Amino acid sequence: MPTKDSVRPRRGGIDPLKATRGGLVVALAVAVALIPQMTQNQYYLGVAFQSEMLVCLALGLNIVVGYAGMLDLGFAAFFAIGAYTTGILSTKEHWSIVASIAPGVVIAVVCALIIGFPTLRLRSDYLAVVTLGFGEIIQTIAINLNQTGGPTGIYAIPALTLGSIVVDSNTGYFYVFFVLVVVFALFSTRLRHSRLGRAWLCIREDEDAAKAMGINTNHYKLYAYTFGAVLGSITGSLYAPALTAISPASFGFSESLLIVMAVSIGGLGSIWGVMFGALVVEIFPEVFRSFAQARLLVFGVLLVILMVVRPRGLFPERAFHGIGTRVRARLGRPAIALSRGSVAEVLVTVPAEKP
Amino acid sequence: MTAVLETEHLSLQFGGVNALSDLSIQIAEGSLHAIIGPNGAGKTSFFNCLTGYYRPTGGAVRFQGREVTGLDAAKVAGLGVRRTFQNIRVFPKMSVLENVLAGAHLRSTSNILSITVASPGFRRRERQLREEAMSSLEFVGLADQWNNLAGDLPYGMRKRMELARVLIANPVVVLLDEPAAGVSSVEREELSRVIRRIHDQGTCVVMIEHDVDLVMEIATDVTVLDNGRIIASGLPQDVRNNPDVIRAYMGRKRR
Repeated sequence: MPTKDSVRPRRGGIDPLKATRGGLVVALAVAVALIPQMTQNQYYLGVAFQSEMLVCLALGLNIVVGYAGMLDLGFAAFFAIGAYTTGILSTKEHWSIVASIAPGVVIAVVCALIIGFPTLRLRSDYLAVVTLGFGEIIQTIAINLNQTGGPTGIYAIPALTLGSIVVDSNTGYFYVFFVLVVVFALFSTRLRHSRLGRAWLCIREDEDAAKAMGINTNHYKLYAYTFGAVLGSITGSLYAPALTAISPASFGFSESLLIVMAVSIGGLGSIWGVMFGALVVEIFPEVFRSFAQARLLVFGVLLVILMVVRPRGLFPERAFHGIGTRVRARLGRPAIALSRGSVAEVLVTVPAEKP
Repeated sequence: MTAVLETEHLSLQFGGVNALSDLSIQIAEGSLHAIIGPNGAGKTSFFNCLTGYYRPTGGAVRFQGREVTGLDAAKVAGLGVRRTFQNIRVFPKMSVLENVLAGAHLRSTSNILSITVASPGFRRRERQLREEAMSSLEFVGLADQWNNLAGDLPYGMRKRMELARVLIANPVVVLLDEPAAGVSSVEREELSRVIRRIHDQGTCVVMIEHDVDLVMEIATDVTVLDNGRIIASGLPQDVRNNPDVIRAYMGRKRR
């Protein structure tokens, strides 16, 4: 009979496979961080940091769409709230960029609560329509308000300053967004493997059954929406100084759709998938620039093919499930001993525990 | 006898249909109470009223003396009334272990700050809950399946996983909606043993079951419903010989 520990999930000690995976992640991060050392081409660097920005937005939306399963078609609204708050405070009130992040987050949270509280009890399709409306409202407000500069938007937004460092180059913003991607990805992973993440997935999978677990589904949906809003707003606050000018056109429905696409192409709920999806969405149209006007058409056709071939996204969660077990088997050390099964055996071998 | 869960003149109407009428049932502490009856008798509707999925149109539901009529399903679950579903409801794209951990949702109290920084307290609690989830899975004989997707499990295993998910919550009352329906005879034996084991630990079990042999074998009380009414109630052997019950199941004798 195997010892009790061999049937349990591994814990403690160093697992060679986990260490390998960790090493790969670090290596990948270092490789990405070295991109600005390899090229001085400003166009490449510009595309690079804007890709990172879309990764940040996609990670934010992933909490709402990927984890909690609520289709949000107005996510760019929170991006706009962050960008405009920072834009206004830094140009008119001469706040530093870093200081302006907090008020942006506060406004985003308040908006998320106001919109979310009455509407999140709606089921998916209706929610999509409401969030779509919210996105349009925010854009229309930005176009019509004097404080937001109307259709021309806000320009001459000062550079981001961190202590004595002034970030005013593409390379600089590449690193700023790089850090943001790492922080958001870590945050999302932590959430995913906590009671919050599990509750969200339960809601996505089966809302009624989630209630039977004692999960207050309305509250948890609101949490997801709010967390998404916070990440979106922070990204917006850093977008403003990175581009130095913002205008309502950048925060329309097409931007929201782009973020939704990034999440669903990569794989709902999967951090790696979502990051990869965002890169695809940002870089593909750039690569196909030589097709000139047909590039969006080509992109669209590729998307359709992708959805037919891999409907769950390029890298859905657990895409690599089983590899670990197979590798361990090859190495001759079973991950789990599979000799139990029947209730009868368990009843005999496991001492009674009062649950 | 103290009733842990009771209903008083409970009724439920859908439009003009009386799904349940005037049901007064007492579930005694420590009992294994079976609810039986022909199809459409209102058994699952009764469960749904007890667990907050339906709001009864009349009468009251009391749990440990406290009125819980019309309370939200999540609140009722939080009080310690846990259920399984007739058409098993697992979270298919989550692992078996995570499904069980979901059942322990209310036992994990970590806040957002401790989650974000992965504080030692949070890690300890998660580890503890995983241990318990594994014990729960061992209890129902699914320990070796912990890392598989729940959606990939065969029918009988899903049923047992649902039991593990209920058990980890340390429920006061467990409501099982047809636990042995559609499973093989071997698995039926295992399920019956698991259910009896749950009951032996002092947890009150209420179960809807069509398998009369199983009911006679393990139930301590039986209530028979037909057309939303109680037609018999009492000890298993008394109910079995009740002429009304026989009539409800076998039909009336032709004149």
